[in-house]
Amino acid sequence: MKVHPIAYSVAALALLLLFNAFFTDGFFAIELRDGRFYGSLVDVLNRAAPVMLLSLGMTLVIATRGVDLSVGAVMAIAGAVAAVLANGDPGKALGWLQVSHSVPLVVLCALGVATLAGVFNGVLVGRFGVQPIVATLILMVAGRGVAQLVTEGQIVLFENPSLELLANGSVAAVPTPVVIVALAFVTVAVLVRKTALGLFIEAVGSNAKAARLAGVASAGVVIAVYAVSGLMAGVAGVIACANISAADSGTTGLYLELDAILAVAVGGTSLAGGRFSLAGSLVGAVLMQALTTTILTRGVSPHATLVAKALIIVAVILLQSPALRASLRAPKEQAA
Amino acid sequence: MPLLQMSGVRKAFPGVLALDNVSLSVERGEVRALMGENGAGKSTLIKVLTGVHQPDSGSIALDGAVIRPRSPIHAQELGVSTVYQEVNLLPNLSVAENVCLGAEPRRFGRIQRREMNEHARAAMRRLDLDLNVTLPLSEYSTAVQQLVAIARAVDRECRVLVLDEPTSSLDKNEVEQLFSLLRHLRDQGVAVVFVTHFLDQAYSIADSVTVLRNGRKIGDWKTTELSKQELVAHMLGRSLEEMPQVEHEDYVECEPMFHVVGLGRRNVLDPASFTIYRGETLGLAGLLGSGRTETMKLIFGAIAGDCGSMTVLATGTRDIRPRSPRDAMRLGIGFCPEDRKEEAVFPGMSIAENMLVVIQAKRGWLRPLPKRKAAAIVEEQVAKLQIRTPDSHRPIENLSGGNQQKVVLSRWLAAQPSLLLLDEPTRGIDIGSKFEIRRLITDLAKGGVSFLFSSSELEEVVHTCDRVVVLRDRKMVGELHGADVNEKRVMEQIAKGEA
Repeated sequence: MKVHPIAYSVAALALLLLFNAFFTDGFFAIELRDGRFYGSLVDVLNRAAPVMLLSLGMTLVIATRGVDLSVGAVMAIAGAVAAVLANGDPGKALGWLQVSHSVPLVVLCALGVATLAGVFNGVLVGRFGVQPIVATLILMVAGRGVAQLVTEGQIVLFENPSLELLANGSVAAVPTPVVIVALAFVTVAVLVRKTALGLFIEAVGSNAKAARLAGVASAGVVIAVYAVSGLMAGVAGVIACANISAADSGTTGLYLELDAILAVAVGGTSLAGGRFSLAGSLVGAVLMQALTTTILTRGVSPHATLVAKALIIVAVILLQSPALRASLRAPKEQAA
Repeated sequence: MPLLQMSGVRKAFPGVLALDNVSLSVERGEVRALMGENGAGKSTLIKVLTGVHQPDSGSIALDGAVIRPRSPIHAQELGVSTVYQEVNLLPNLSVAENVCLGAEPRRFGRIQRREMNEHARAAMRRLDLDLNVTLPLSEYSTAVQQLVAIARAVDRECRVLVLDEPTSSLDKNEVEQLFSLLRHLRDQGVAVVFVTHFLDQAYSIADSVTVLRNGRKIGDWKTTELSKQELVAHMLGRSLEEMPQVEHEDYVECEPMFHVVGLGRRNVLDPASFTIYRGETLGLAGLLGSGRTETMKLIFGAIAGDCGSMTVLATGTRDIRPRSPRDAMRLGIGFCPEDRKEEAVFPGMSIAENMLVVIQAKRGWLRPLPKRKAAAIVEEQVAKLQIRTPDSHRPIENLSGGNQQKVVLSRWLAAQPSLLLLDEPTRGIDIGSKFEIRRLITDLAKGGVSFLFSSSELEEVVHTCDRVVVLRDRKMVGELHGADVNEKRVMEQIAKGEA
């Protein structure tokens, strides 16, 4: 009997929620205040939103047997661009653009820059055959430098209530970031499953040589997935800067690329490329956030938090290992 | 007494008997060519000699003393050195460092650079090589690197030198350079075992030849006493007399479809020209390494040619040289590669997806096949090719080799090409699937599809094809049609090389 790869992360999440149902008071309590839901569950989803966004793009990149290490830095770039444009000081870099009056324009510019960063990665990998880990390491390191150039090395503050709503507002009582994740998930899912892009992505990841010989435009596919990854990082970056009404290019999205990769792996997509599951990656991201929240509310010493989280993630990853499952099953079969 | 005497060597791997009672003897100052087609046992024999594999039985004697090499390094210490097809040296180190690698002159643990360079220069002088030993190896061409590899091998008290297809990436002048070095070594009394696929090279350098086939030794000959025809017959395992004549229908030239004009690439394939007609199966015959795969990949744009062009009459495209598979697909060409696992199958993906990938690639990503149409295509192909599977949504790895091959074929058939290039489509599959694929080709050809077909089994080529293009040593050497399409004539051409 073949188990769907997403099953393990869903089971782990269910177990964790069950644990909380018994041992954490009020974990499932949700109350409506000022037209917005509050509660631990909502909080988990809200906090997981940036990693969920990153993991959507990362899933596609990993499915082509690549990896995008630059998403954290691209978040910083997008945040910096959004903050500087929203600030609107004509003396600053990009100040000549004068779009602070229009939130859609600010967001569009930030997302455009982030997508371009993704295309840059994609061209290096798809067109020039640079190894993904090396190609995206460039922007991972240099991206924060670009963000600092945009902000001129300062923390740029802005006051723009409508931009802040992207992080702190709500739509039909659901926090806006969660709504944005849902929209992004549907968009990406439609993009890959309702067109042939998903098939091409899996073909390139499964056997790149065969994909070329079957006439798949591999370079285009690779550029497209890195562009999507850049775009998702841009969305996450805009939310991050709207959340604090400022851009801090040193810390925005720091190490989040690693969380995103982990979410994809926990969600059952193999780092060897091929088959992928977008929903699995979202579950993976939520699982990790739920773990963090649980550990914190259980009153585990903050020093032990990371180790506790690591142990549980190792368990989920090991459960997915065919070698381990085979060795667990083998003794029983011998007995039979 | 021969310098090297391997006798009664037997080596079995799970499921195959790779070597069955094989012996090989080489005298001092003799160059012996070791020849045979795929799976003949050449590389296993070499690996036994150099200590990579331990023989199940049999013995190896060097100068009368029995030796048991445990590893390539051990073999080298005993006096048996090997140079492989791919240069396995360190390109970023200097020539001298490469020659002395692992045996650098040291004093108190420090490498004596001057002494090392002097040593390397002396080694080069002995072989009449004029190189600057302090330059990094990467400054020199592959051929010269190959020579350095040999210099390194003979620098270590080498009495037997084994060369495993050293010439496959070299051009003519480079091969000549290598050969003059080999003659030099021969005159110094080194015994040379030379593994090659190239007939001409075997005849120009070797004093004698040993032929293996299916793990057995077929025989030893002096090269002066064995004609090329006989050699080819021994390698392929059929004598000229016993070959059945195949009746071919009177050959009628029908509508030409593709003109290949002087298509080639330096060091890959000499410019080749031929025409493919509508509804015919054109065979590509030749030994391993003769350029069959290269010819197909050049036509398909998987290898970019550097000369010549093609004219496709059906689409009215003239003088085009495809630069990518997509270019070739636009001309109505399809290609089933020889290496199914490496170049054709998408592991982890379903049978249906493996089947639909080409037709979808042609449509582009924005026009996905409607589900119902996709299902209809899959159902049709599964029925037509008799692919044995209960469910086309299962992973393709669940299928046998023959059925996987049918899926790869069907992905092209679904896209309805006008020319399908089939590189060894029957390799490594069961007899039943083999015949089904051959029958399918015949049926489709009647329907107007043209095929370019290659196989290592000559019998299969002459039975399946209306005309045969003969290749040798990466060069087209002739074309046969009508009554001339029989094993005897093809072998004569492979051996003789002139039309």
